[in-house]
This record gives sequence, structure tokens and C-alpha cells, in this order.
Amino acid sequence: MKTKKYDKVIQKHEVKPKYGLNMLISFVFGGFVCLFGQFLIEIYVHWFGLVRDTASTLSIVSVILITSILTGFGVYDTFGQKAKAGAFIPISGFANSLTSAALEGKNEGIVLGIATNLFKLAGAVIVFSIVSAYVFGIIRYFLVEFNLVPQLEHVVYLMVNMVGLY
Amino acid sequence: MKVGRQSWKFNNDVYIQETATAVGPMEAQGPLGQYFDKKYDNSYCGKKTWEQAESQLIRDAVEGVFSKTNLKEKDISVVFAGDLINQIVPTHYTFRDFNIPFFGVYGACSTSMESLLLSAVFVDSDQAKIAMAATSSHNMTAERQYRNPTEYGGPKPDCAQYTVTGAGVALVSHTASKIKIESATAGIIVDAGQNNPNDMGPAMAPAAAQTIKQHFEDLQIDENYYDLIVTGDLAKGGSPILIDILKGDGYNIKDIHDDCGKLIYGNDQPVFSGGSGCGCCAVVTYGFIKELLKTKKVKKVLIVATGALLNPIILQQKETIPCIAHAVALSVVE
Repeated sequence: MKTKKYDKVIQKHEVKPKYGLNMLISFVFGGFVCLFGQFLIEIYVHWFGLVRDTASTLSIVSVILITSILTGFGVYDTFGQKAKAGAFIPISGFANSLTSAALEGKNEGIVLGIATNLFKLAGAVIVFSIVSAYVFGIIRYFLVEFNLVPQLEHVVYLMVNMVGLY
Repeated sequence: MKVGRQSWKFNNDVYIQETATAVGPMEAQGPLGQYFDKKYDNSYCGKKTWEQAESQLIRDAVEGVFSKTNLKEKDISVVFAGDLINQIVPTHYTFRDFNIPFFGVYGACSTSMESLLLSAVFVDSDQAKIAMAATSSHNMTAERQYRNPTEYGGPKPDCAQYTVTGAGVALVSHTASKIKIESATAGIIVDAGQNNPNDMGPAMAPAAAQTIKQHFEDLQIDENYYDLIVTGDLAKGGSPILIDILKGDGYNIKDIHDDCGKLIYGNDQPVFSGGSGCGCCAVVTYGFIKELLKTKKVKKVLIVATGALLNPIILQQKETIPCIAHAVALSVVE
């Protein structure tokens, strides 16, 4: 039986997520994860004498390593529940999606379990990052290689002036 | 005896001869911990994989009823058993070790009462001497099949539910015991147009309401007949909806209604809206409710196990969630 007659009762009891609060929590926790990354960069620069670029890469790798270990110990999902989007938006969330998928597949073997399932969650992120890289790469090509940027600036300049005239 | 549109009345003395339960750590630490027979402090239950762990829980429960009753597998005429996992493998792999005529049943979270109903019908009509109803679910196996990898850190909304790790087994026979199976009502599939797999209480409540209403009509009784009406896993999200729908139909069950998903965990446990899974209704009924009946704290109980008959693929194809509820009425023998 397919029915719509319960819609009103169900809607009456609907529990709306607290979007505002969730955003605030995500902002604070996500900020702390980034702060931690920055802290690592400063350590690598000042104590180990690395160039800022190398230190930045190393900091990302460190966060990935720490997240993966925490995922292995079963801590990161608890943190994720508390930190909301603050846990999965930074690179730590990407590392967690890979490690958790790998752990999940360990009983089904290295090839069919771990390797096949590794990108189960992260696959979408990779697909869209590659697609958007292509799209923005093409846009950049036309803007820079065909010297469109100064012309565009000129067009904008003209438009602003026209608006100014009226 | 078939009565009304969806119900059976068991006039030939059908009893729950014995029950046994096995649960995981979260359920053991919960407020009903003392009512369960076998308790594990680790979700792996001493096994290598979660699927094997779930099989182990069913095995423990089956062996539990055998040791309580001194019966052997050859004494059991038939078993109806099921769980939540694809092709109900945990159940199949458990009963691979028991030579009992076997029927696998699937009713999502309603499997507990579906199997008990079938057992009662078989015993009532003398098609079986002793019938066994077995049901299990495991948090981790369900999580990885229906949702994300278990260690994935993406947050869940407050309306989500926590699948119970546990297995419950009941033996149904003519052998007199304190708990009698009076009647049962099979549900029809009700789809109220809900499509959020993280919010199943509201999706299942209309199915529960339909079954309860039909049960009252078929048996020509009303809510005053029961001391307690327990739903399977509507939890905090679905329970008020059920009460409201039945109020609209003229039945006020507010004071006698409770829900296994709310009973099994304490407020301090991180389970969102409450427990779910077919093990939820099974362990609460065969552990806690059985004890309530035995000690005569309640005399007539209607157990309504609710199930959401979905899988992740069909929901990705933009389908809605069809639900079902099966009800079994238990009473104390005076």
C-alpha cells in the first residue's frame, strides 16, 4: 500500500537538524585541525630548517598519517561525530575515508577487499577534483594564453565607467 | 484459527517454551543488561570478522535454549530464522552446524515477530511439535552493508538509529509454560513516501499503526485489552508518530506504549534516536519482556516488530521506503 495520508503527522514530528549550531561546531573544529597543520608547518620551518613549501607538504602528510592511525584505533569516527563537517572537510577527512574503506575490506583479501574498496568513498572526491581541474584548466588557458585577461579587465573597466556615467 | 483480514488466533495452547539471548557490549552495558543470557565485551565475539561474530551470537542463543531445556537439535521440528545481511548469511552459516529443517525469513527489523508468528502458526496447526524462531543483527555488519565503513568519520544526524548487536531465540511448542502466544497479526507493506535512510522511525510508524489497528479490528478488542504495546524499533523519532496516527483512528495507546529501541539503551549511550535492527526487538522481547511476563508485572503484551524493507541501491534510484510490521500477542498463564 502506497499512501500519502500520513504526511501531515510525520511532518508535524519532523526533527530539523540544527544547521546553525552544526556550522559553528564545524567551523571551530575544522579551524582547530587547520591550526594544528599550521603549527606543524612552523615547527618544520623553525626547528628543522625546511623551506616553507616543503614544510607545507610535510604538514599535510603528517595530518594524513595521524588521521589514519587514529582511524585504525577507532577514535576518528567518534571525533567525526562531535566535530561534524570540521572533521571531514580538511584533508584529515579524506585520509579517514581511505583508511576506513581499507580497514573495512581487510577480511575480503588484499586485491578484492582492500584495493577494490579503497576509493569507495574517496572516489567521488577524486573524480570531481579531476573534472573541475580540467574545466578550470581550460578556462585559465583561454584567459592567459589568448591574452584575454587584460581585455576582460578592459571590458569591466568600460562597463564600470558606463554605469558611472548613468 | 484465521480471524479477520490479517490475524490468527491460537486456540490450541501455543506457548513460548523457552528463550535465550546473546548480546554485544553496548547492549550489555545498557539498562537491560541483566536480562540477557550471554554477553560479549567485544563486538568481534571472539571471531575474525563481523559476519562470523553475528553467526556466533545466533549460535550462542541457540545453544542457550538447548542447555536451558535439555533439548537436542533432533527434537526441533522446524526453525524460522533470519537477519539483516544480504542472503541472510550469518543465519545460514549458523544453521549449517545444526541439522534442523530450516526456513530463512527476511522482514528487515520485523524478522523477530515474523519468525515467531510462523512458528506459532506451525505449532498451532500441529505441523510442528517444537518450532524455533531465531533472529539476529549486528551493528557492524549492518553498518557496512547499509551505510558507510564502520570507522568512517562522517557525522550522523540525531534522527539516525543504532543497530543492536544481539541474537534472540525462542522455542514455541504445546509444552505448558508461563507465557502463552494468544494471537498474531501479519502486516501489509505500507509505504508512506519517506526516503531518508537515516530516519526510519517515521517511515515505519504508519506500518505499525496499520498492523495494530487491524489487530484490534480482527480480534474485536481495543487498546484496553493490553497492559503494554511494544513496538520494535520506532525509537524516539517514530513513537510519537505512531501514537498520533492511532489517536486519529480512535485508539489512545500513549500510556501503554513503549519501544524496544528506546528501552535497550540508556540516555547516556551515543545511540542517536535509539536502537534498531531485528536483534533489537528479539533480545528485548526474549530477555526483558519475557521476564516482565514471568514475574507478572504485565499480563498481556502486544509486540509489534517494525521493519523498513529497503536497500541502499534502490534508494539511490530515488525510491521511497516500504515498511512492514508484524504483531504477536503474548499473555501470562494464570
